[in-house]
Amino acid sequence: MPTIAVDKAALFKELGREYTTEEFDELCFEFGIELDEDTSQSTKPEDQAQPPQLKIEIPANRYDMLCFEGIALNLKVFLEKEKLPKWQVTPPKDGQLQELHIKPETAQIRELCSGVILRGIEFTQARYDSFIALQDKLHQNLARQRTLVSIGTHDLDTVKGPFTYEALKPEEIEFVPLNQTKKMNGKELMDFYEKDKHLGRYLHIIRDSPVYPVIYDANRTVLSLPPIINGNHSKITLDTKNVLIEITATDKTKVEIVNHMLIAMFAGYAESIEAIKIVSDHNNESRISPDLSPREWKAEVDYLNNVTGLDLSPEEISKLLSKMGHDVSPSKTDKNILDVSVPITRADILHQADIMEDYSIAYGFNKLPRVYPNKTAAVSAPLPINKLADIVRLESASAGWTEVMPLILCSHEENFEWLNRVDDGATAIKLANPKTAEYQLVRTSLLPGLLKTINSNKHHAVPMKIFEVSDVGFKDETQERKSRNERHFAAAIMGKTSGFEQVHGLLDRLLLMLRSKFMTREDGLKNAALEGYWIEEVEDKTFLPGHAASIKINLGGKNHTIGVFGILHPSVLHKFELPYPVSTVEFNLEVFL
Amino acid sequence: MTGTRGPVPVPLETQGRNLTQDVLDLLDTKETLQSNEDFPAIPQKDIKAALDRLASRSMVEYKTNDKEQVNLTPESEGIVANGSHEFKVWKAVKEAGKIAIKELPNIVGKDSASVGQGNAFKNKWIKKDGTDLVLVATEEPEDSMQKLLKDIQESHTVSDAKQLNDLKKKKLVTVTKVITYTVTKGPKYAKEMPVEHTDLTEDLLKSGAWETANFKPYNFAALGAVQNAGALHPLMKVRQEFRNIFFSQGFVEMPTQHFVDSGFWNFDALFVPQQHPARDMQDTFFVSDPPMADKPRADPASEKQMDQMEASSQRLFATEQSKKEKKPRDFEKYWNDVKKVHEDGAFGSIGYRYKFKDEETLRLVLRTHTTAVSTWALHRLAEDPRPARYFSIDRVFRNETVDATHLAEFHQIEGVIADFGLTLGGLQRFLGDFFANMGLENLRFKPAYNPYTEPSMEIFGYHKGLKKWIEIGNSGMFRPEMLEPMGLPKDMRVYGFGLSLERPTMMKYGVSNIRELLGHKVDLSWIKEQPAVRFDKE
Repeated sequence: MPTIAVDKAALFKELGREYTTEEFDELCFEFGIELDEDTSQSTKPEDQAQPPQLKIEIPANRYDMLCFEGIALNLKVFLEKEKLPKWQVTPPKDGQLQELHIKPETAQIRELCSGVILRGIEFTQARYDSFIALQDKLHQNLARQRTLVSIGTHDLDTVKGPFTYEALKPEEIEFVPLNQTKKMNGKELMDFYEKDKHLGRYLHIIRDSPVYPVIYDANRTVLSLPPIINGNHSKITLDTKNVLIEITATDKTKVEIVNHMLIAMFAGYAESIEAIKIVSDHNNESRISPDLSPREWKAEVDYLNNVTGLDLSPEEISKLLSKMGHDVSPSKTDKNILDVSVPITRADILHQADIMEDYSIAYGFNKLPRVYPNKTAAVSAPLPINKLADIVRLESASAGWTEVMPLILCSHEENFEWLNRVDDGATAIKLANPKTAEYQLVRTSLLPGLLKTINSNKHHAVPMKIFEVSDVGFKDETQERKSRNERHFAAAIMGKTSGFEQVHGLLDRLLLMLRSKFMTREDGLKNAALEGYWIEEVEDKTFLPGHAASIKINLGGKNHTIGVFGILHPSVLHKFELPYPVSTVEFNLEVFL
Repeated sequence: MTGTRGPVPVPLETQGRNLTQDVLDLLDTKETLQSNEDFPAIPQKDIKAALDRLASRSMVEYKTNDKEQVNLTPESEGIVANGSHEFKVWKAVKEAGKIAIKELPNIVGKDSASVGQGNAFKNKWIKKDGTDLVLVATEEPEDSMQKLLKDIQESHTVSDAKQLNDLKKKKLVTVTKVITYTVTKGPKYAKEMPVEHTDLTEDLLKSGAWETANFKPYNFAALGAVQNAGALHPLMKVRQEFRNIFFSQGFVEMPTQHFVDSGFWNFDALFVPQQHPARDMQDTFFVSDPPMADKPRADPASEKQMDQMEASSQRLFATEQSKKEKKPRDFEKYWNDVKKVHEDGAFGSIGYRYKFKDEETLRLVLRTHTTAVSTWALHRLAEDPRPARYFSIDRVFRNETVDATHLAEFHQIEGVIADFGLTLGGLQRFLGDFFANMGLENLRFKPAYNPYTEPSMEIFGYHKGLKKWIEIGNSGMFRPEMLEPMGLPKDMRVYGFGLSLERPTMMKYGVSNIRELLGHKVDLSWIKEQPAVRFDKE
């Protein structure tokens, strides 16, 4: 969630009263934003050096509250101190709209462009800073680091329309970038900003494209090289009166949301909003931008009341919804319908469910009637595999073993090499983007976690007896997700002696509890219908030769090999840095389901 | 803390002596013993052990005396033997008749020369004669310092506090604390220690000797024997407590047995747009191998477990009508409807209006929440829409930088209630009851944003211990854009709520670092020593 810092005194002035920190916190809570910090209560020197700020967390879908102006406006409307403005475009004095021509080549890299002109704007330092900061917040959040949308703002009086949005070879684009003195071409610009802390991270968006997007005026002055940087020529200052905003994008919906937000937040400081004629016939995107008309919705009164558990009249609902910025009137033709005009600021309204939420917030979440509507009987049930796992967990603990919970993710080495196991490439689920080598794959065995747990507990008295019942993961081409979990049981003992007979005894005990009888190998192989288990020596490089056995079981007329136990090979002990002999047992619980 | 348990063994023999027997023997000949006089050579802890052994059997009684003892230092012992420094100087001058000052240290030693010369002047025993020392007192003077120290050596006391301080400052004496015991016969005094049995044994029972036997007293101040106990992990104990709450409310546990999920189930079906930050490399673990999921389709293994669990409610609530009306799921249509609701809008929603990428839906991720499984369960419910309650508690994964409160893995507790005519206040009521089972009352709800619930409410509870409101979970009603593509009827509403298992566990057991709770670094002794959960006893 974005956090916005606003000047405390200025905000309270807008709201028409002072609030204590607690009072303002309460207001935020009711409205659904969060007061993160009031720096007037901070002891940090950097906070004390400047006027007190309120740091407010904004829900990720409220782009209309990403700056001081938006927070002040929405709270004033919520507190019924004013109505949300009705934004409208004003025709230019000479009747001639500025034009922006979009060339078909732009489709190769960033095909959409929109814009607006704010005439007669009055900047102060605070407004100017907020204007810049809002663009930055929109770039970070809605625009996904400028990949989807990017904004350029210009002093209209320094350039001359009509404007063109083109896509040219990097070498053909030459201009002085914002706040620089040297002219450079597109290629040089990439090198120049390579190491730049702020801009460097956006270069990848166009860097390897054969053509770069660029906006020119009628005199071939470069306005901007979206989504990287504007030209220095047209930069806005505190003295700028007429602002041209251009917005390039790859997402048709978001480009207009961004346009709306900039207008709604800053048109209040301007004399008028002027539209731009966009000519883009090749992709049917020719239009007059922006369209500031509210979205007209029909919301059902009974739906709003049913879901909230309220029973208010259409008039009362309308009044509450206006606190959230909506312009609502009961329909003249249908008593059950409210005509809702959703303002341009509320891009988050997608469904009447969103209007219903606004209704509940305006009414007050904590004033809603807390009544459980139904008395439906329900029958509970545990997941069979969890029920089975609990049996094994309780029996293991009863036998004197301690349950541990290592992580599911581990390194490739821990899962394979350190256990003297070989990765056949068809077994383990591997991760594409782990931040550390600790999380390279989903474990295929519980052993790495158990052995790491022992390693971290070397100070503990021996013998150390631990177990885990949890899932491992495997690749599985037959599944929709190309993988599956498997519930395993595993235990490990470290002591002065190997503890081989201890893990063996625990195995016997658990299988007894799972109703599996011990029998001879001969009997087991002779008759698969004879249920029970036996063990037989196995060669397994994880274990000391001659001291490993696989666990065989006849269940449901079938013979299964469910696991293995043994004394760990000294090379395994060495890798996991374990000072004493360790024996382990691990088996698959799923066959007992 | 584990203490020392069981009786502390008492040595019968000390320095080759059976001390307890010696005490008994001596008490036979005299009324009262003084440990410092009668057993001067025995270390205090040994004599005490012997006396305790006898006193616990009421064979003796004793009193403890604390006192201070003044001891001589090696220097003052030298003075007692050879006289004070000034006396040594006087004696040297007397014997030689006259001594050059600079020669004095060679005769009486450096230390005695410097201290003794000054004191001898002060006492008017000697005087200076040019560069020599000559006698004033011709008769042998009284050496009062030697006498004082000799008295102290015998009495070990100094009555004048000022004098004691003075001596301490001059490093002529030290003061130590001495504990001595005054011992008298106890009510059960006997000349010998009786034969004692440490425990009631089979032999004593059989022979009947238990009736006259002397039993060794039990040490009631110590802990009992260490139990060679196994233990369940505290996190799993809290998990079980939560499961019990869910079971008491009629919830069915969902089949969460797959860590890997597709973009479709984890995000798209939940109406999380494909450009949502949660789908960034920064936040989510993507799977590189296997490379790609199939489109959604039936999952027989999970199906089987669900059928098994719902068998009981099916039997109980089935009507002839509900048996007939089951309509099989159409995964193809579901996928298309999900795409449509994102791309163009549908089901009364305008949608996000962006280009929906099929390949994003097939990307494999480690599930970032178990809500992906709730989605599956709700889609299944659309076959036969009916009131249902589902829950799960299982591992989820986030590609986070690890710190005291964040791990790449944690457990999500998730509950889902589907029914007709549900209200937002009803969810608040339900959660109020749910958390009351954990001792959290008077919940407050804050409007929040979540792509798949609308309204979304953060749940706050007042923590009596911390004396403040804390966020304890998230809740909401699933969006129509999520439910209607599944084929659920428009008037069926679904509550969803969730919290992490780790956070309440950390609060419960006072753990501040999540790495001390989950993972291989957790201390085994800590696991063993955490008490039962018992939310109801908070």
